[in-house]
Amino acid sequence: MNEKLTKHLAPGHSTCAGCGIPAIVRTVLGATDDPVIVVSVTGCLEVTSTLYPYSAWKVPYIHSAFENGGATAAGIDGAIKALRKRNKIPAGKKIQVVVFAGDGGTYDIGLQSLSGALERQHDFLYVCYDNEAYMNTGGQRSGATPRGADTETTPAGKKSFGKLEKRKDLMSIVIAHHLKYAAQTNVAYLADLKMKAKKAFALDGPRFLLVLQPCTNLWKYPTSEYVRIGKMATETNFWPLWEYFDGKYKINWATENPKPIEDFLKTQGRFKHLFRPSGEKVIAEMQKEVNEEWKRLVNLVQI
Amino acid sequence: MINKNKNLALTGGAAAAEALKQINPDVMPVYPITPQTPIIETFAKFVADGEADTEMIEVESEHSAMSAAVGAQAAGVRAMTASSSQGILLMAEILPIAAGMRLPILMLVSARAISAPINIHCDHQDVMFVRDSGWIQIFSENAQEVYDNVFISLRLAEKVRLPAMVIMDGFTTSHSVENIEILENSAARSFVSEYQMKNSLLDFENPKTFGPVSLPNSYFEFKRQQIEAMDGVIGEIGGIFEEFRNISERTYDIFEEYKIDDAERVIVVAGSTAGTAKSAVDELREQGEKVGLLKIKLFRPFPHKQIAEALKNVKKIAVLDRTVSFGSQAPLYMEILNSLSKLHITNYKLQSFIYGLGGREILKEDIKKVFVGLEKDEAEGIRYIGLK
Repeated sequence: MNEKLTKHLAPGHSTCAGCGIPAIVRTVLGATDDPVIVVSVTGCLEVTSTLYPYSAWKVPYIHSAFENGGATAAGIDGAIKALRKRNKIPAGKKIQVVVFAGDGGTYDIGLQSLSGALERQHDFLYVCYDNEAYMNTGGQRSGATPRGADTETTPAGKKSFGKLEKRKDLMSIVIAHHLKYAAQTNVAYLADLKMKAKKAFALDGPRFLLVLQPCTNLWKYPTSEYVRIGKMATETNFWPLWEYFDGKYKINWATENPKPIEDFLKTQGRFKHLFRPSGEKVIAEMQKEVNEEWKRLVNLVQI
Repeated sequence: MINKNKNLALTGGAAAAEALKQINPDVMPVYPITPQTPIIETFAKFVADGEADTEMIEVESEHSAMSAAVGAQAAGVRAMTASSSQGILLMAEILPIAAGMRLPILMLVSARAISAPINIHCDHQDVMFVRDSGWIQIFSENAQEVYDNVFISLRLAEKVRLPAMVIMDGFTTSHSVENIEILENSAARSFVSEYQMKNSLLDFENPKTFGPVSLPNSYFEFKRQQIEAMDGVIGEIGGIFEEFRNISERTYDIFEEYKIDDAERVIVVAGSTAGTAKSAVDELREQGEKVGLLKIKLFRPFPHKQIAEALKNVKKIAVLDRTVSFGSQAPLYMEILNSLSKLHITNYKLQSFIYGLGGREILKEDIKKVFVGLEKDEAEGIRYIGLK
């Protein structure tokens, strides 16, 4: 494999075929030349990259627990600040502390820890790879799971159409912490991800990236398809690419004619049940939400 | 040695903060909880006045306090925090992680009851709840011991690469003013010296992975290493006590034997109640009664062999626990029973007492009654002191 590409994360990991997580990690870390410390929380990335006695990490790495990515990064940031005060780290030498966490570790169990670290304005980049469910434990619903999705804990059945609730608006929650930079991106758009990581690395204080990560296991599609399905999420406006920088919003990809949400849903087994009788109500609800969300975003850009 | 140490009137909490000021840790993630808060407040003022330049992180929970301490210590610096009660329970998940990563984090504990019902006063349920978390646990009788234990425990923790809790009794010790002797700054600083970590997250030349996944083929060996590290504590602590005696003229050991050489009846207790018990022992001794006290200091690791040796000639022993193990015997009692089992003698009487839960007062007269009860060979079974 390309030496530059694997500078931080070696090929010897064990993510599933068709998993975009390594591409997210490599693209993000490839966007900086600064020394990097990686913090990971319990989840897919952690279990697939550090199976003792092996480690795929070529940079300093720590995994402590599931819900403490923000606090662990805060402690490392504190250590760096203390060492700077005592002239043990030269002034001007930037060290990047980067958290990689899944949606469960970010939207749900790790939200408090993330919130605290953002509010205290620690100097770190938090990257959430969002596969829209607890995939390391086999596919249970999280706060990131979209309405209508079939998961192990919200199974579609004779009476159920999967998850009943709309997913949590994490970006708004993060932005409410007065950070300088937050962006929503998608592993299917690596150039967009790289551009956003570069922007984030150039700044100080807390920075946040929310990266859509199609998961072959949960979403149920052929392993060769993750880029196509990821693109469909954006082309239907289900997952717009946008960023927030210093109080201003910007949409990074838009089309005059977004595809209907069905085009995204029908590619995946997790939404299969929505195409049986009465499922159209859920699809209509989802389309309505996508439209409203897009409108809200456009309004934010225009302010 | 010319003693340049000075005396100050301080609460246990302030004594802890004074020790922290002299050590000047790199990072302190802190979160308030009664009765620990005076420690971090006093310390925060030192930082505000420039008397220490520690990086304080005012985290949003105790879980994050311990998580940030793990992150900081893994980055190769000294990280310390303080907590009590529900705070200890909230961070309980991260305590074994700190120990498993072999990070010598120091935590001051102002011991307090646990909910429900909520109660802010002293007992030892919080520290006993986490006694198997892989942390060194050392009890302090009074403010002087709190101050001294901070130095001793830090050296010990860093030597064996295990985290350590310095435990004081909530309110009784943490909020009571006592006259204590403070080390001279230079002596204090040279005692703890500069912290050097072997492998840290800041070593970019030799990157290390902290907290990997370990399967059944390796996990057991990680735990074995922790067991060995803990087993090494008692061998290491003697030299540290000795060094500390050289700068402080105060002599310590892993437990304190108070008038037990010829004692027929002995009370075993940890924390501030040992002070009350000493006073009771003194008065009974004046009346010619052969009574004594064994004060527990090091609780993890527990010095079974040494305690068995100390108690081998005592016929009647009362173990006073300020905690409860629902459905079983109290923890300190179990440890003493375990210690005595090593002697292969059976002609002693061992009685379990539970006292002081939720801050219930224990007085000298109560302790005297325990000695009287031991003399009379009262009924077996757990007895409760001061229960209405």
